[in-house]
Amino acid sequence: MNLHEYQARELLKAAGVPMFEGGVASTPAEAEAIAAHLGGGVVVKAQVHSGGRGKAGGVKLAKSPAEARAHAEKILGMTIKGLVVHKVLVVPAADIATEAYVGLIMDRGTQRPVFMVSAAGGVDIEEVAATNPEKITRLAVDPVYGLLPHQALSLAFTLYTDIKQVRTAARIMEQLYQVFTANGATLAEINPLVTTPDGRVLALDAKISIDDNELDRRPDLAALRDESAEEPSEVAARNASLTFIKLDGNVGCVVNGAGLAMATMDLVKYYGGDPANFLDIGGSSNPDKVVNALRIITSDPNVKAILFNIFGGITRTDDVANGIVAATREFKVNVPIVIRLTGTNEKEAFRILEGVGMTALSDMDEAVAKVVALAKEAA
Amino acid sequence: MSIFIGRQTRLVVQGITGRDGSFHTRQMMEYGTQVVAGVTPGKGGQQFEGKVPVFNTVADAVRETGANTSVIYVPPAGAAGAIYEAADAGIAFIVCITEGVPVMDMTRVMPFVRDRGARLLGPNCPGLITPGESKVGIIPGNICTPGRVGLVSRSGTLTYEVVNHLTRNGIGQSTCVGIGGDPIIGTNFIDCLRAFQDDAATDAIVMMGEIGGTDEQNAADFVRQYVTKPVVGFIAGQTAPKGRRMGHAGAIISGSSGTAEEKMQAFEAAGIAVMKRPVDVVELVKAAR
Repeated sequence: MNLHEYQARELLKAAGVPMFEGGVASTPAEAEAIAAHLGGGVVVKAQVHSGGRGKAGGVKLAKSPAEARAHAEKILGMTIKGLVVHKVLVVPAADIATEAYVGLIMDRGTQRPVFMVSAAGGVDIEEVAATNPEKITRLAVDPVYGLLPHQALSLAFTLYTDIKQVRTAARIMEQLYQVFTANGATLAEINPLVTTPDGRVLALDAKISIDDNELDRRPDLAALRDESAEEPSEVAARNASLTFIKLDGNVGCVVNGAGLAMATMDLVKYYGGDPANFLDIGGSSNPDKVVNALRIITSDPNVKAILFNIFGGITRTDDVANGIVAATREFKVNVPIVIRLTGTNEKEAFRILEGVGMTALSDMDEAVAKVVALAKEAA
Repeated sequence: MSIFIGRQTRLVVQGITGRDGSFHTRQMMEYGTQVVAGVTPGKGGQQFEGKVPVFNTVADAVRETGANTSVIYVPPAGAAGAIYEAADAGIAFIVCITEGVPVMDMTRVMPFVRDRGARLLGPNCPGLITPGESKVGIIPGNICTPGRVGLVSRSGTLTYEVVNHLTRNGIGQSTCVGIGGDPIIGTNFIDCLRAFQDDAATDAIVMMGEIGGTDEQNAADFVRQYVTKPVVGFIAGQTAPKGRRMGHAGAIISGSSGTAEEKMQAFEAAGIAVMKRPVDVVELVKAAR
């Protein structure tokens, strides 16, 4: 789960990370009031779960409260990479001497949190990583001992020469590590970490992603989820315990298991079609899940045909068949459905479907080729 | 022979009285797995299905039954604790089926398991099966058949799809291993490739990967350097969308985005025959042997 910048700021601030005062606004009037309170120039920043906000016009400099209001009017409600902006962060427009990068990520390879820091921070950090990888210092932290004082110091020495700044940066790394582990983060990033002309070290922008598996035991973190910042069909799917990602094609896919779901989308493409979504109904399949899945997929007007691809293991194919029958009784499905079922209780599943005049296939390639042909006919 | 499990496997089921644990324990017993004990704290002294003794702790189960392998079906909140307990009790091979284990827990579990000389498979995996001998986990036994092809995969149902193609075409398997898709897992592709390479009962290897991370690229490097047996590979997610990525750290650490194209190229460069579709496994394995 991705946090908004303003939420990440709150977690870091609570841990003691120095940063400029700022405020969150949902209306232009609120943005104006915050700008007036801060005094001087401000930056108005769109709060969406996406990179590239600046390039999309979601980050604007304002010299006065009135200008902050005008920018907020434009940014609130705008769409960045398909996501609507509902909130803006208003922070002082600071004089900046240097920009550094401090990132902490859960690394698969070392199976540890890994720090990555660079004196060459800012928006082009990935470019730096690609062209001058030696400018990025990495450190894998032993989770049993945490970030040790000398490790934090040596990281900070790669950023600054002034010992006061080094000590401040070292403390910020310790605080960032603390926030990362205490909140079950998979990513915590300060970019840029700036110095001001008068020598202060401050975090200017922050990003934090929380491991979804933490949310059950951390209701305080789960409460930070902002459903208005997500694709509505993806929210509906999550609330129905389905994993769903909307795509641009016209072949709706309902599959059990993430790997098989991806392989099914690949096969749709292989046979010349375009998948409309990724949808994993998960391991145990009560018929309600199937009803919800069909409801979400049929709400997409692009969908011209729907494919079920179920390999029964823990998932009982008769449950899925019952779900399909229940769904078609509850609401009208106006596009053709191709069903592929194999595995646990498949004979019973075929019997259930035949009872209502539906048929199923047992071969994946045959089913995918058929659904692609049907979608093309209808398009 | 086979890898990790076989006739010598003496299994203790952690969470044997739970809904999933009891269902899959019955399936494993029907398949012929030697289930020698179960563990549910507070239910020590009971019998599962009138056959399997239930203990309060894994240590009790090991002492009384000589269990050498454990499988974990406990809910996510207790999964890390169950792994610690199994490793502390001297279990050599621990299989964690549980989905949803926090990654932060796994960063501390892994050094603990290694220090005690144990091997962990998972978490969030379907387990493994040595057809005709033993199954530990949830892979349906009826789609497998004994033979000489080793299979290792990051996914569950996609593995079943491929195994099913092999079995229907008369190609049996030595062991099928699902390593799971979580960021931190106990046993990776390379561990399985090494074991299959060293296993006298395995002639060829099928490796099923996915987009994300660099595990498949590392596995391809390992194949090029150490594996002399033929390897057939697949990468799921060729059409998956690029996520709305946040932050730069992921791109910095992997140096790239872990796309399917990149992984398939790494496979090909290592001499791995790459399937375009799951069904291609049949022809490629036949050609490789």
